[in-house]
Amino acid sequence: MIPNRIRTSLVATLALLGLAAHAESPTDPQGMTSRVAACTACHGKEGRATPDGYFPRIAGKPAGYLFNQLVNFRDGRRQYRPMTHLVDHLSDDYLREIAEHFASLEVPYPPPATATLPAAVLEQGRTLVTKGDPARQVPACVQCHGTAMTGVAPAIPGLLGLPRDYLNSQLGAWKTGQRHAAAPDCMAKITARLTPTDITAVAAWLAAQPVPVPSKAVARSALTQPLPLDCGGVQ
Amino acid sequence: MKRVLTWGLGGLLGLLALGAASIMWLDSADAPPSANPRPVATDAATIERGRYLARAGNCAACHTRRGEAPYAGGEALVTPFGTVYGGNLTPHATTGLGQWSTDDFWRALHHGRSRDGRMLTPAFPYPHFTQVTREDSDALFAFLRTVPAVDRANTPNALEFPYDSQLALKVWRALYFQPGTYTPQPAKSAEWNRGAYLVNGLGHCAACHGVRNAMGATIAGREFDGASIPGQGWYAPALTLAAEGSVAAWPVADVVGLLRDGVAPGTGAGVIGPMAEVVARSTQHLSLADAQAMAVFLRDLPVRPAAEPPRVRPADPRTLDRGAKLYADQCATCHGERGEGQPGAFPALAGNRAVTMADPSNLVRVILQGGYGPSTAGRPRPHGMPPFGHVLDDADIAAVTTHVRSAWGNAGTPVNQVQVVKLREGRD
Repeated sequence: MIPNRIRTSLVATLALLGLAAHAESPTDPQGMTSRVAACTACHGKEGRATPDGYFPRIAGKPAGYLFNQLVNFRDGRRQYRPMTHLVDHLSDDYLREIAEHFASLEVPYPPPATATLPAAVLEQGRTLVTKGDPARQVPACVQCHGTAMTGVAPAIPGLLGLPRDYLNSQLGAWKTGQRHAAAPDCMAKITARLTPTDITAVAAWLAAQPVPVPSKAVARSALTQPLPLDCGGVQ
Repeated sequence: MKRVLTWGLGGLLGLLALGAASIMWLDSADAPPSANPRPVATDAATIERGRYLARAGNCAACHTRRGEAPYAGGEALVTPFGTVYGGNLTPHATTGLGQWSTDDFWRALHHGRSRDGRMLTPAFPYPHFTQVTREDSDALFAFLRTVPAVDRANTPNALEFPYDSQLALKVWRALYFQPGTYTPQPAKSAEWNRGAYLVNGLGHCAACHGVRNAMGATIAGREFDGASIPGQGWYAPALTLAAEGSVAAWPVADVVGLLRDGVAPGTGAGVIGPMAEVVARSTQHLSLADAQAMAVFLRDLPVRPAAEPPRVRPADPRTLDRGAKLYADQCATCHGERGEGQPGAFPALAGNRAVTMADPSNLVRVILQGGYGPSTAGRPRPHGMPPFGHVLDDADIAAVTTHVRSAWGNAGTPVNQVQVVKLREGRD
């Protein structure tokens, strides 16, 4: 028979242990924060910031999208040597866990950078993002990425809160065949129809938009129309 | 005078003829394949064994390109003589091994010759694979027969002249290659012999860890004395030096852990860089018995006396100060203020051989590009090191490496900026 007092403290200890398993302290060497220290050196504390204006924010992006990108780097569909080197020998399970870790973080966004390009360029960007260009069969970005442009769970990323340089280089890389997604690669088809000026305009306008609250990706059911193209990464 | 000249010329011609004759004689040792090759095994056990052996030999390292079909070839291997591309090993009829027989495959593995008799470049490690038994060769081939056929033409090798010629290969083989089989050493245990067979044969560990001569041949007796890996900027530590990668003082379980899990449970040593790839693709799949056999053999390698430390100018105090400050800012959170690390997460740098060994390539490399150990059954969720190549400049990296090599009782030599520049730019 265990005395009551001891039993209570035992239960309390067990409860604390249980809590510790869920809410890790940031300094716990076995916690996820420690395990992803290699990521946050570039992507910023909690994956939120971009000190030199290039590395994209990863905190709060849809887990499916982040997982797809990690696998794409590992399997050579995306080319960025430092990323490929890091994830080279990591299993799908672990990459999914890392993706879910960053997806679960809710950290506030800084205000967007002030747009420096002429108003006409920004207007061209806004039109392409919100309306597309039916004459060239370019769908509007919002058709897939959501009207709020915060992405669609689980695999379509948001487009806001990213550095202009990063947006520019990703769209450019898709157009030149440096970046790929799982086939059918819908973004490759869309960027093939864009001119370099279109890409500059879209990136400039997107980078100048504030991130709405809530900033999370919306559910697939929030899309009013079916996706305009087949995308391998979005099943 | 004329007579002397004639005699000299005659002698020279005689020597050449003798040389050619001996080359021909050695060459004729490679009997052409028989007209009635052994049939390809189709039973599940042999195929499974072949799959296991293909992993033990890390065939995919050169024969599978990132993200592409298994064993369809095309991966580049950089050598000091040019770049060699792994061939298509799938059973495709025209671009793969579809027309090959078990004899053809054996000839490649054992004699280093292709199906058409062409001599293969020893970048394909047949000087090691020649020790593989015929039975294992046939099992490997039986497995490769089951891989989905891929229509992918082989990428021609890009070797510099004269290394791209059959004549050069003929001379090279006459000098440095003889087909052989593994001869068990009766004085050693069956386990030791199994380990030696795996390490020296399919494992081809000496391909990276062995010292090569100017012609790229591994020097006999120096198979585990440590070497730089061409084109990668990494150094494969000597497995015969206590100050580098010798495991003579480790328990068997630590060697097994390093090979199968990517981390030694006792010492906490882990793999990163090219050895992480070896663990990920090859040694993590070894059976416990085979990993133990390799450990027994590797622990028994002779330990050479340490070389005289090179005389180098001691680091100046300003560099050491800069290094210490950088360490406190960038490294101490994980590796500890006194380089003590955090067990099970971040390695200690104090007393760490990978930090202090004479060749600082790996230390600089890991700071430049960071890296994760491999996900394995024993350690599915490894910790990682961030890349600092874009955060720290060459002088910073020289300073911080010099600091960690000399702090907390470490006795490594200083690293200068020129070494860092070379490692950053040339990868070699």
